[in-house]
Amino acid sequence: MKTRTCWNTICTVDDLVPESGIAVWTEEGPVAVFYLPHRLPALVAISHKDPFSGANVLARGITGDLGGEPIVASPLYKQHFNLKTGVCLEDESVRVKTYSVLLDGNRILLETRETQQEAVAA
Amino acid sequence: MSKKTLIVIGNGMVGHHFLEQFVASPAASGYDILVFGEEKQRAYDRVHLSEYFIGSTHSDLAIGTADWYSEHSIQLRLHEQVTAVNPDQRSVTTPKGDYGYDELVLATGSFPFVPPIEGREHPHCFVYRTLEDLDAIRHSAQKGKSGVVVGGGLLGLEAANALKSLGLQAHVVEFAPRLMPVQLDTDGGALLRHKIEELGVQVHTEKATTSIVEGENARIRMNFSDDSHLETDLIVFSAGIRPQDTLARASGLSVGERGGIVVNDQCTTSDPHIHAIGECALWNQKIFGLVAPGYTMARTLAAVLNGDRDAGFTGADMSTKLKLLGVDVGSIGDAHGQTPGTRNIRFNDEQAGHYRRIVISEDGKTLLGAILVGDNSHYDTLLQYALNGITLPDNPETLILPENQGGAPVLGPDALPETASICSCHNVTKGDICCAIDAGCGDLPSVKAETKASTGCGGCTALLKNVVDNELEKRGVAVNKDLCEHFPYSRQELFHLVKINGIRTFRTLISQHGKGQGCDICKPVVGSILATCWNEHILATDHVPLQDTNDTFMANMQKNGTYSIVPRIPGGEITPDKLIVLGEVAKEYDLYTKITGGQRVDLFGATLSELPEIWEKLIAAGFETGHAYGKSLRTVKSCVGNTWCRYGVQDSVGMAIVLENRYKGLRAPHKVKMAVSGCTRECAEAQSKDFGVIATENGWNLYVCGNGGMRPRHADLFATDLSDEELIRTIDRVVMFYVRTADRLQRTSVWMENLEGGLDYLKQVVLEDSLRICAELEEHMNSIADTYQCEWQTAVKDPEKRKRFREFVNLPEQKDPVQQWTTERGQRRPAPVPA
Ligand SMILES: Cc1cc2nc3c(=O)[nH]c(=O)nc-3n(C[C@H](O)[C@H](O)[C@H](O)COP(=O)(O)OP(=O)(O)OC[C@H]3O[C@@H](n4cnc5c(N)ncnc54)[C@H](O)[C@@H]3O)c2cc1C
Ligand code: SF4
Ligand code: SF4
Ligand code: FES
Repeated sequence: MKTRTCWNTICTVDDLVPESGIAVWTEEGPVAVFYLPHRLPALVAISHKDPFSGANVLARGITGDLGGEPIVASPLYKQHFNLKTGVCLEDESVRVKTYSVLLDGNRILLETRETQQEAVAA
Repeated sequence: MSKKTLIVIGNGMVGHHFLEQFVASPAASGYDILVFGEEKQRAYDRVHLSEYFIGSTHSDLAIGTADWYSEHSIQLRLHEQVTAVNPDQRSVTTPKGDYGYDELVLATGSFPFVPPIEGREHPHCFVYRTLEDLDAIRHSAQKGKSGVVVGGGLLGLEAANALKSLGLQAHVVEFAPRLMPVQLDTDGGALLRHKIEELGVQVHTEKATTSIVEGENARIRMNFSDDSHLETDLIVFSAGIRPQDTLARASGLSVGERGGIVVNDQCTTSDPHIHAIGECALWNQKIFGLVAPGYTMARTLAAVLNGDRDAGFTGADMSTKLKLLGVDVGSIGDAHGQTPGTRNIRFNDEQAGHYRRIVISEDGKTLLGAILVGDNSHYDTLLQYALNGITLPDNPETLILPENQGGAPVLGPDALPETASICSCHNVTKGDICCAIDAGCGDLPSVKAETKASTGCGGCTALLKNVVDNELEKRGVAVNKDLCEHFPYSRQELFHLVKINGIRTFRTLISQHGKGQGCDICKPVVGSILATCWNEHILATDHVPLQDTNDTFMANMQKNGTYSIVPRIPGGEITPDKLIVLGEVAKEYDLYTKITGGQRVDLFGATLSELPEIWEKLIAAGFETGHAYGKSLRTVKSCVGNTWCRYGVQDSVGMAIVLENRYKGLRAPHKVKMAVSGCTRECAEAQSKDFGVIATENGWNLYVCGNGGMRPRHADLFATDLSDEELIRTIDRVVMFYVRTADRLQRTSVWMENLEGGLDYLKQVVLEDSLRICAELEEHMNSIADTYQCEWQTAVKDPEKRKRFREFVNLPEQKDPVQQWTTERGQRRPAPVPA
């Protein structure tokens, strides 16, 4: 099976805030991109939408790690989400979408799932 | 086999407790349960009734939920009074019909006694027992200025406090020569009176009311037997309670000479199928007007109905500990020394306002009773001596002397026997707590959940914590005070590390003293510590990731991800022009507008990207950030004071503005609220604040560590008649000591409760400089005040910081699509989320 990946430029390095998140608008909806300079990979992205409140706020949560896994805490009701898997620590049946992000020179590239599925179908 | 029917009359505290016990027992499956309650509401916590006046609702006070009743198939018929019991037919009658029973439980409580005074039917005369009574009092108080409580007992003083909290000048009229005649002796009563009068409640003793007539200057005039009189707008009768035994009397059950349904040790009345528990029951010629004995009867009866032949009520301890109008009062056992041959030891410090008396057995070995006024810190220890018959030390006076005069330290939890009762509401002994811990309860909350200790009146909270901590420590469970998995330190310890080592960034701190990357617990704590220590702008790049979103974006996030904005309005004073600007800005951005409890205006519904624009306009009009988002000073509420109010004795607004401008922006472990009232009428409700200031003829009285909200706490009087400078200096010291020593998210009230040595210790540190740190505390506070900057002013001017407020960094014009709006009462609000 052939998979072609399609990357979109979403912003530049200057837009990022170390140890924190920003939100970008994509065809698929809002995505939260986190820049964690003291970890590998330093860039991770999950859906910006908090599944518990329905509000687009996850990029504004506090980041950190719990038991070694990178996490963000929802600024509304404080649940923690694993930034690698999207799984909620308080309720493992809840999971937010994760996205791949890359640094290309000064540009930040994001892969959206829709594009990916289209690519697979084609 | 068909089920039998159990009927309970009365859905009060004891009736409910009985149901809880009974449904959990095997016998429950054999009964249909039917409960009648005369009141409109489901059972509620009458002990904390007064909280209804300071914000609690019926649902806050309710014990048990409607769901709980239906889950256990209990038929609850509220607002349906039982009018007759027919023992021969084994049935009860209500206006709606007759209901048959196999077993009947009377839990009808008691009713307030109103002395037969001519004119007592006046529409502004009340009693103090039910939520409905309180509604009526509140209604009457709205247009009144003063109120009288008839009766200076425990409940009367509580009612007086309530009248005061409703803004009335409160009076207490007592027939006996002293207050709380049942619990206190002459000296104790005199001290209590003095303290209460200091708080602005007027006490009239040895007054017998002869008639109540229309007043001349107020609604009512009370005439006394000594030909004097008192005018007032309302009267609350609190002259004792009488057991509600009407039904029992009419149906021919035995009742006592002075009332009360006679029961035996099994809580059964003269009819073997009728039982009585709680305040309506007379056991051994005694009525028990407290909730704990009622609960014990409820448990006994549940056991009896399960066929337990050993179950029996054996009486109850009537010791009480309370805070009346902020004054500690305690009374234990045989407080008046009525046992023959007793010896008394008294300690009376008029200066500090502490009175203690202990009553000792003839042989000097056991403690029989005690009276405490002004300071209850000895209560727990004395009670344990009395209840458990622990042998007294050779010099029993050391038990009540202050520690620096050779007083013994309070009895440690280790000294208590296994049988020592820790929580009398739920009958939990030290042994029960040890069992719970051995069965796996590893911390205080789980011990509470398992044993129910400390979930009744709450009087045992401190003792329970001591016992649990002590037992855990003995079992080698380190009582973990670590902040989180990243730092093995408490907030206070981190504060010292930062200060002493001059640490300025989170990263330095975590790499030198912690591990990992941090989390949403430790980051804001460290952010707040760094802000207090070095007072740098909270949007400095290093600090951004440490803050909660509210701090980062300097606004309060609401449920749909938009923010609310609260500009500072010092002391609640605002010019019409500024008010117009708020209105214009709100209109332009379609912001929902609401007045806050702290005398400010809250503008809701701004999106992230609108925040800097809005603030540009507000700053141009002279507004500053109100820090409503921060763990820092919120508002200094004030009444209008002597510039307008005819009662005012100082300029409360002026002082509120000075205080607000001094402490604004200070970062603290939690939010800090203050208030200033212009006289003792206390219109600004200063005693429910972290720092409350009340004007006196000679200056200011300072109250500290009060709280409203979820866990209200009356502030403690800290210092009196301070000049302006003394007031500020004292607040400087207390506030900085709090900032340095409190735990994460610890309000001043909880901080105070956990401070070893409590109020007295704090006074020593702040007023006597016992730690020799006052100069440093003041200097630190000065430097914070000097380097204050309005965070929003700094932020709007800085393009780098403004970048943070883009909603979507790649599409600045894109509006957040999840925000759906609707209009209600002429304003925009979030549309209900479809389920
Ligand atoms: C302001 C206040 C403060 C208090 N503070 C304390 C304290 O600090 N510590 C403490 O231990 N105790 C305190 N108490 C006392 C405590 O509230 C009582 O001991 C406790 O409520 C007794 O419970 P009970 O179920 O026996 O009576 P109640 O709670 O009075 O319940 C009896 C219920 O039966 C209903 N009833 C009566 N007759 C009928 C009928 N014929 N048909 C249907 N229903 C009927 C009544 O309407 C009432 O709802 C305080 C009481 C008050 C009023
Ligand atoms: S001065 Fe203030 S506290 Fe006193 S009565 Fe007037 S408004 Fe109330
Ligand atoms: S948290 Fe406060 S503002 Fe929010 S609903 Fe509760 S009481 Fe009201
Ligand atoms: S003594 Fe009342 S809750 Fe423990």
